[in-house]
Amino acid sequence: MKISDIQSLDQFTCVQSEYADAEVSSGYTSDLLSDVMAHADEGSVLITIQAHKNTVAVSSLAGVVAIIICNNRPIADDVLEAAASEGIAIFQTAENQFQTSSLIAQHLAGCPAA
Amino acid sequence: MGEEQKTPLQSSLRVQELIYGLKISEVMTKKVFAVSRNCTMRDVQQIMKNNGITGVPVVDSKRVVGFVSMNDLMNALEQGDMGDGVTSHMSGEVQTLAEEMPLSFAISAFNKFSFRSFPVVNKKNELAGILTFRNINLALIRELSRQLREMENQHSAVPETESMDLVKVYQLHRYDFENGGKASSEIKKFLKARGFHAKLVRRVAVASYELEINLVAHSIGGMLSFDINADRVKISSHDRGPGIADVEQALTEGYSTANEWIRSQGFGAGMGLPNVKRVSDEFAIQSAVGMGTMIRAVINLKPEKQNED
Repeated sequence: MKISDIQSLDQFTCVQSEYADAEVSSGYTSDLLSDVMAHADEGSVLITIQAHKNTVAVSSLAGVVAIIICNNRPIADDVLEAAASEGIAIFQTAENQFQTSSLIAQHLAGCPAA
Repeated sequence: MGEEQKTPLQSSLRVQELIYGLKISEVMTKKVFAVSRNCTMRDVQQIMKNNGITGVPVVDSKRVVGFVSMNDLMNALEQGDMGDGVTSHMSGEVQTLAEEMPLSFAISAFNKFSFRSFPVVNKKNELAGILTFRNINLALIRELSRQLREMENQHSAVPETESMDLVKVYQLHRYDFENGGKASSEIKKFLKARGFHAKLVRRVAVASYELEINLVAHSIGGMLSFDINADRVKISSHDRGPGIADVEQALTEGYSTANEWIRSQGFGAGMGLPNVKRVSDEFAIQSAVGMGTMIRAVINLKPEKQNED
């Protein structure tokens, strides 16, 4: 699946759309940034409630291409700016991390082109 | 890029790097005048006078058991107790320094305690030398002039933009999470632009980022320096304190001293140092409470030397 495929899903609102539409190869769900840093795959989507600049910094270093912020947690403008300059997409959703992970997993599995 | 603007900052950081790079053993006076428990204050006076020194350690089978300073001597002189044994006038609780510590630890100790000199001990806890401010000044002057000479010699060589070599130092401040990650991001871009494998770049990024966040979250401030050549990336982290009481514990996954606020930032899971160690080909840590922590992580860039991740 591509980042734009996430954008097309009803559950997600794209709040930072300055991204190159890269392939999303896997997902990682965690609120601990050191854990994300250590284990998230290059080209993955990060599912988290951690909505601050360090999330963007870690994502950029780990090669995460998109971030989904769950439970409609507020996202400050400086976070969006940082993500825009790194070219990382950010989505917001009312769903929790479990629901979001399940949804993304289905779409990753249902897309044989990936 | 503002490269010209950065140069003075980088060079002043080089001076700081010096005090981190030098070991106490390279700076201390190795010829130490010490006395044993059964010597008198008059013996100490003679030693100080003949050798022009201001403090004498008291040793018992090479272990430091006390220290007689100029002050202690003056007091004994005033009271007419010069015939007394040293044990009745020495300071019994002596702060010693370990010879393998970086010089920065010693500078912290000079700031923290009012002593003018410190006995230095080796790994066996035996007296190995003595360190005064004079030693530090002389060492810095010596090192700085050596570096200057080196810089002059290198001046003729034209720097290549495609060069693999990079020496860069970043200053980090406590709780400045805003800027935590900048150094790692720059280094990652540098390596990526030179075509290194994504996995390798990732390992450097992990080590660098965790060390950066550690400095911001746990230290009172410090610096992160990168020394890169075609063979390896060497990352050094130095801070001025507070120091780690139990290094073994700090290297255990899940152990953390982070406060609630640090945790709210998504850190403090006790994965930082274990992560750094895991991705590094060489890893060394040294810490002393009240003095600082020094960490060195090396990641080999040549494939044959790399650890399997």
